[in-house]
Order: sequence, then C-alpha cells, then structure tokens
Amino acid sequence: MRPAVAGPGVAAAVVAPARRAARAGAGVHLRVLFLLAYLAFAVLPIYWMVNMSFKTNNEILSSFSFLPRQFTWDNYRTIFTDASWYSGYVNSLIYVAINTAVSIGVALPAAYAFSRYRFLGDKHVFFWLLTNRMTPPAVFLLPFFQLYTTLGLMDTHLAVALAHLVFNVPLAVWILEGFMSGVPREIDETAYIDGHSFPRFFLTIFLPLVKSGVGVAAFFCFMFSWVELLLARTLTSVNAKPIVATMTRTVSASGMDWAVLAAAGTLTIVPGAIVIWFVRHYIAKGFAMGRL
Amino acid sequence: MSQSLKPLNQKAWLLVLPVIVCVAFSAVLPLMTVVNYSVQDIISPERRVFVGTEWFTAVLRDEELHGALLRQLGFSLAVLAVEIPLGIALALAMPTRGWQASAVLVVVALSLLIPWNVVGTIWQIYGRADIGLLGAALQRLGFDYSYTGNAHHAWLTVLAMDVWHWTPLVALLCYAGLRAIPDAYYQAARIDGASRWAVFRYIELPKLRGVLMIAVLLRFMDSFMIYTEPFVLTGGGPGNATTFLSQYLTQKAVGQFDLGPAAAFSLIYFLIILLLCFVLYTWMQRVGTVDKGAIE
Repeated sequence: MRPAVAGPGVAAAVVAPARRAARAGAGVHLRVLFLLAYLAFAVLPIYWMVNMSFKTNNEILSSFSFLPRQFTWDNYRTIFTDASWYSGYVNSLIYVAINTAVSIGVALPAAYAFSRYRFLGDKHVFFWLLTNRMTPPAVFLLPFFQLYTTLGLMDTHLAVALAHLVFNVPLAVWILEGFMSGVPREIDETAYIDGHSFPRFFLTIFLPLVKSGVGVAAFFCFMFSWVELLLARTLTSVNAKPIVATMTRTVSASGMDWAVLAAAGTLTIVPGAIVIWFVRHYIAKGFAMGRL
Repeated sequence: MSQSLKPLNQKAWLLVLPVIVCVAFSAVLPLMTVVNYSVQDIISPERRVFVGTEWFTAVLRDEELHGALLRQLGFSLAVLAVEIPLGIALALAMPTRGWQASAVLVVVALSLLIPWNVVGTIWQIYGRADIGLLGAALQRLGFDYSYTGNAHHAWLTVLAMDVWHWTPLVALLCYAGLRAIPDAYYQAARIDGASRWAVFRYIELPKLRGVLMIAVLLRFMDSFMIYTEPFVLTGGGPGNATTFLSQYLTQKAVGQFDLGPAAAFSLIYFLIILLLCFVLYTWMQRVGTVDKGAIE
C-alpha cells in the first residue's frame, strides 16, 4: 500500500494529523475516480461491440439501444457452423502455438548466455536482435512472399509461425535476459561445484527460478503473434487462413455485415482473455530489476 | 548487460546459435532480397537491369514520402506524450491486492490481446455517428464529429484508438515494476515524512527506469510501424491525413507493385527506425546513469 493511504508520517503527525489524513482521503477518492474513468474508457468500445453481436443487422442500423431488443444468437451460430469462419480460429491457434514454442525454445539458452557470459560481439548481437524487433513487418512483406513461395511453404501454418519469429524471438530473448540477470550467479557456481551437468542444472535448477520470466515471455509471444495481421494475411490463402484475415475478407465480400463482424470480433477476444487470466500473477511479479 | 564481472566465455556463442539461425533465416535473408531489389529494375523475372542508386534518389525526392514521414513523427511523439504519463498514472492507481487487483489487471490488459484489425473494427463501429456510441454521443453534444470526413477528427480518433489500445502495455510494465519495490523503501519514506510526490519522484520513478525504457522503446517502435488499425478505421484518409509510413509503403509494394522503389523505401524506413532507436537507447542509458549517480 502507498504511504499516502497508510497514514501520516511521524513528524507530520504532531503538526497537522487531521489535515494530512483528509488529504490522503481525498487522494484515495481521486485515485478510485481516475481508475473508474479509465476502466470505462477501456471497456465501453468492447461493450458496444459485444452488445452489437447479439443484435440483428436490421436492429443495428435502425435503432440505438444499450441492450439488444431482439436478443439473438444467430451471429454466433453462423460462425460456429460455417467452416470458413471457425477454421480461421483453429489456424490462428496452431501457428501461434508453434511460434510461441519455438521462440521460447531458442530464446532460453541465448538469454542465459547473454545474462551470464561475455563473448565476442555480445553487445552487437544483442542490439542486432533488437533491430529485428523494430523492423516494420511491411519491409519484409515482399521478400517473405518470394522466399516462402520458393520453399513451398506458402499457405501453411509453419510459414506464418516462422515469419513471426522475426519479432518474437528478439522480444523473448530480451525479456528472459532481464529475468535471468535477476538470479544471483552464485546459484550457477554452487550447482557446478555440486557436480551438476549444464543441461541438468539448466532444466532442474535454473528454469524453475525463472519460470515467471518464461510465463511473461510466452505471454508476449502469444500476444504479438495472435494479433498480427499483415504477414499472416499475405502468407496464407486457404488452408492456413487466420481468423483476422477471414474477418477483413468477409467485410469486403458481403458489404457490411456488422452483426457477424461484431460476433467474430468478440470471439477473437476470448483466447486472449483466458491467457491473461493464467499469467496475471506472472506479469505482476517481475520485470523490474535494472536491466541495462 | 553492463557488469564487467561476467566471465569471458566464447562457448556461450553455442547457446546463442539457435537464435542467430532462426533470425537469420527470417530476417537477414529477406533483408538481402530487399537490398537486391532496391538496386535493380525488374521488368520481368528473367529481365532485370542494374540501376544503382536511382530508386533511392527517386524515393528521397518523393514529396508524398516527406509528408508521410512528418505525419508519422508527429503521431509517434503524440503517442508517447499521452501514453507514458497515462500509463504511469494508471499503474499507480491500480489496486494491489485482493480480487480487485486481478479483475482490474485482466480488464486493463484486455485491449492488448485483441487482434489489430478488430481494434480497427471496434473503433469503426464505436465512432460512427449513426450506429456508434462515441459518434452518437458526440453528435448529441453538438460536435459535428466524423472520422471519415474531417482530417482532424480522423487523426484524433486514430490517436484515441492507439491510446486505448496501448496504454495498458505501459501500465502493466509499470505495475510490475512497482510491485518489485521492497516495502522497506516506503517505510523509510514514511519515517522521513516524505510527501506523495517525493515518494514518486525519488523512490518509484527511479525504480521504474528499466521498465519505462522498455515501454518507451516498444511504444515508439510499434507506433512507428502502425498499419492495421488506421487501415481498417480510415484507410489512410480523408485525403492522406492518416497515411503513415507503413501504409504508404504497402500501397507502393502491394498496390502498385513498384518493386524497386518499394524496396529502396523499405531500406530507408529500416535505417530511419534503426537510427531513432539507437539514439533513444543511448540517450535513455545516459539519463539512467546520471539519475543513478544522483541518488547513490
């Protein structure tokens, strides 16, 4: 808890305890008010979309109401019964899972190396990795298209998963390195003295110590892969078409089917909401240690 | 990465190798292709002519590109100016324990997990004067609000959308940073009778330096390559009020299929980002050391 809430300081308590307490009270009210205002700002657009997803197109265009008057599940039924809709979700989940697993897998040893050793060109490699995080996906659009066509990877989940490695691997290395630097080096040394081999030490002793870091890194990999549209849309056409692309194409094809669009949008939020729930403690836990 | 106490060990390269291979495959190869395109005129797959720096000169003289670059810089700076303070304030206001903490955390983080085109869709629906809550409310209040017709409104809507979308990232990073401050610091401040502002300025802000740096870098880079949300919301219009760099590049590369100019533009774009981030990175590191020196 903040000191402002916990009460007046010792010296001030003698001088003007009442005024101090009143000011602290006002501070709490202001804080809650600000928080509520922000939450309203955050939730209202989403609420409006969810609200719309239970209406018919007719009602959306003809009237204006905070709750659907003719409540309908039809929009969701359309999505769950039409393969062109639900396969989009499956495709997205597949490439996001591959991407997250590969990103974390290759980033773990690298982050360990960066946090524990100096080696030739370490700083340069680290900055080079970051530059890839900074590169706009639009820059890679043309070459990816050509590269994956040549390799016969077009329209596969692997293509999107590999393409997303560009920005997820550097991010995972960056986050994990921060967490690993927070673990005292004496632990490594003790383990070596005890005669543990490196792989065994890494998997059974070190990894559990940075598991919150792995959680946070996995969360960000999931997030950035799940929401990316430009590359995912360009590298797929039918078999691996992600839900985000399905949405944009349906919009252009059938005019503006606001209701189904709103339902599809609502459903894209669900996996994210579930993931946040699982990693919420991990997010809050770490991150701080002065990294640089 | 700063301590010199770390042992020198060239074998560490073996641990980094998988990452290098991965990123080389998905970043270096494509980048070389872009370089290849940027110096050639590709008439057909069989016929290509080496043109040297012709595309680069053409792109650098492009008035539209200058416009897009200026708009992009203005937008990115506005994004940082709003989102960083708002994110810090939000992190300070978030409850720290009990079910409220979890609930607020999940609600705040929600917008981050929404695919970017859905973010565009949400605001498209939200801002329309006929069917959207925001648009209708503003109309009711007497504003002639239209994000499709008025350039200022379009720009402000894109900014509001970005603030809505990304402030939570700043807030989450700061929130995590705040949680890592030991209670002893606050107790010491209480004994000294420090004001709320002093606690923030001399305890919380310095401890947040690391996460704030990550937040500023991430927000700057990401806003500098914003594409999907304005594409869905305004399509870059009205006119070109919300046409930012990525949008302009994609128009050139995929819309008009000008491979040469698009590739040259890609490289320039890449270099601009590289330069800006390097400046930001060094600057924040310097500020950090000065700050640390003053406190210790």
